[in-house]
Amino acid sequence: MIVAGIDVGGKNVHAVIASNGDILAKVEGPSGIKKAEAAEQLYEEALKQAGVKRGDVERVVATGSSGQRVTFADGVIPDAAADARGVIQFIPSARTIIDVGAEEGRAIKISPEGKVLDFAINERCAAGTGTFVDTMARALEIPLDEMAKLSMQSTRSIPMNAQCAVFGESEVVSLIHQKTPKHDIARAVHDAIAGRIGSVARIVGLEDDVVMVGGVAKNVGFVESLKRALGTEVKVPDTPDFIGALGAAAAAVAGVLEEKVEAKVVEKETIEEGKS
Amino acid sequence: MVEAKKVEYWRWPETAWVNPDVDWRKGQFITAGVDVGSVSSQAVVMVDGQLYAYSNTRTGSDSPDSAWKCVNMALKESDLKVDKIDYCIGTGYGRVNVPMAQQTITEIACHSRGANFMYGPEIRTVMDMGGQDCKAIHCDDRGKVMKFMMNDKCAAGTGRGMEVFADLIRVPVWEIGPRSFQIDKEPAMISSTCVVFAKTEVVGLLQAGVPENDIMAAYCTAMAHRITELLNRLGMEEKFAITGGIAKNEGVVKRLEKELKVKTVETVWYDPNMRDKGLPFDTQIAGGIGAALFANAMLERGRVKSARKA
Repeated sequence: MIVAGIDVGGKNVHAVIASNGDILAKVEGPSGIKKAEAAEQLYEEALKQAGVKRGDVERVVATGSSGQRVTFADGVIPDAAADARGVIQFIPSARTIIDVGAEEGRAIKISPEGKVLDFAINERCAAGTGTFVDTMARALEIPLDEMAKLSMQSTRSIPMNAQCAVFGESEVVSLIHQKTPKHDIARAVHDAIAGRIGSVARIVGLEDDVVMVGGVAKNVGFVESLKRALGTEVKVPDTPDFIGALGAAAAAVAGVLEEKVEAKVVEKETIEEGKS
Repeated sequence: MVEAKKVEYWRWPETAWVNPDVDWRKGQFITAGVDVGSVSSQAVVMVDGQLYAYSNTRTGSDSPDSAWKCVNMALKESDLKVDKIDYCIGTGYGRVNVPMAQQTITEIACHSRGANFMYGPEIRTVMDMGGQDCKAIHCDDRGKVMKFMMNDKCAAGTGRGMEVFADLIRVPVWEIGPRSFQIDKEPAMISSTCVVFAKTEVVGLLQAGVPENDIMAAYCTAMAHRITELLNRLGMEEKFAITGGIAKNEGVVKRLEKELKVKTVETVWYDPNMRDKGLPFDTQIAGGIGAALFANAMLERGRVKSARKA
């Protein structure tokens, strides 16, 4: 049986085509503004790479924040469900999944069968997402992959005061002006997001093994910060950014075309009462 | 090579005003309030508690320089010299770095006191919209702070949010308010709270061909909504006034009034000819006014000695 999984996220689209457990194609591209068109284009590319025709694909399951925009999908499942199904195939010991994508950060507690037991999400604020790293890399004028390497060279932890990506950018600029070494700033940025994700993770409760997925999981510097923030080992599967698409493909194999998960939405408390 | 003209969209123009009806020589106490904010700095000079001169300038990278710049600008059209000032109080984000100040007071207290002066003793709720924070303040009939709620953690709902937006759509902040009403019908507000995500949303709307004015309306409504959340947490007590830069953006203020179902006390909107018309009340000078009034009260009660040098 040939199936496809498409994950349309805030920044990228990931598509996989699989046949009886073998991955025939794995492609990614930017999701841009026109998510539906981006998904369609990438699916075409995946079919081409896999060497299969559209009609040969038995089922297509979509996921991601814009999963509903995939017009050719037979079903759509939530990201958390896709993450759970994706991770359990590769790391059966996984019980907590931390997924940090471009626009969301979430923590998912899963059963040994890969069912979502509990799920918390930070979705309204760029602090605690990949966008935060992107913004700070731009402020530091270094490419994104440099951030990871640089932060690994740092042995010093500088706390960032800003809890907001916009204010964080000004803080990074002032750290640069103070001649703070770039590698220390890179680590401070990773530590800040990790701290934020840590508080989301504590809402579902941490249980080993902890597995990190999503685009930001490719950033080894961030994974180090996350380990420190959580105080536990963090495993990362190969191609962590494809986990959502692979999970969607797994759902397609199982014939699951919809799934419901309840999220605890984490909102940062920004208002405080002052003393005069 | 043709150099692209650098246009600044995100800050209000600098202004200064001297009251022609006040003779500082006849005054007993000359006081000053210097409010060094994250984006703008204001100096207010008072003669016996009467508004004599003010300036509203841009904060530079150095707080002492910014303080000097706004004080000098306020007195530029006057023959009053800085060393004639009896007492000066620094306030705002950079208040500890105001060289000519004898003392500092928080901007919360100063804005509350300043709003009392600007809008009258019936004011009970003051919303101070700063460059990188916002505060909802309850005050008594003398402008004393009773309670306040603030957000300085998130750029949404602060001046910074509007700056980022103005820069993105390349429309000066003072045009956003008026243009946000040049629309056929009120659009849905920008749904992202986070300024970073709102930027992406705005880019999407621009690419989809949504008219710029509609996007401005959508952003102003989102901002009004964000401020409403803060005010609701404090609880609204009339009368209500807004101070700070956003108070000059009628696109936000009118939509905020609509959502709150509460009118703000009449103020004078920004007008490019404000200085020529001699309109004294720039909503950004509330903190400076409060500081200068505190200085005057301290001198009157003999709590402090005049620091006049000449």
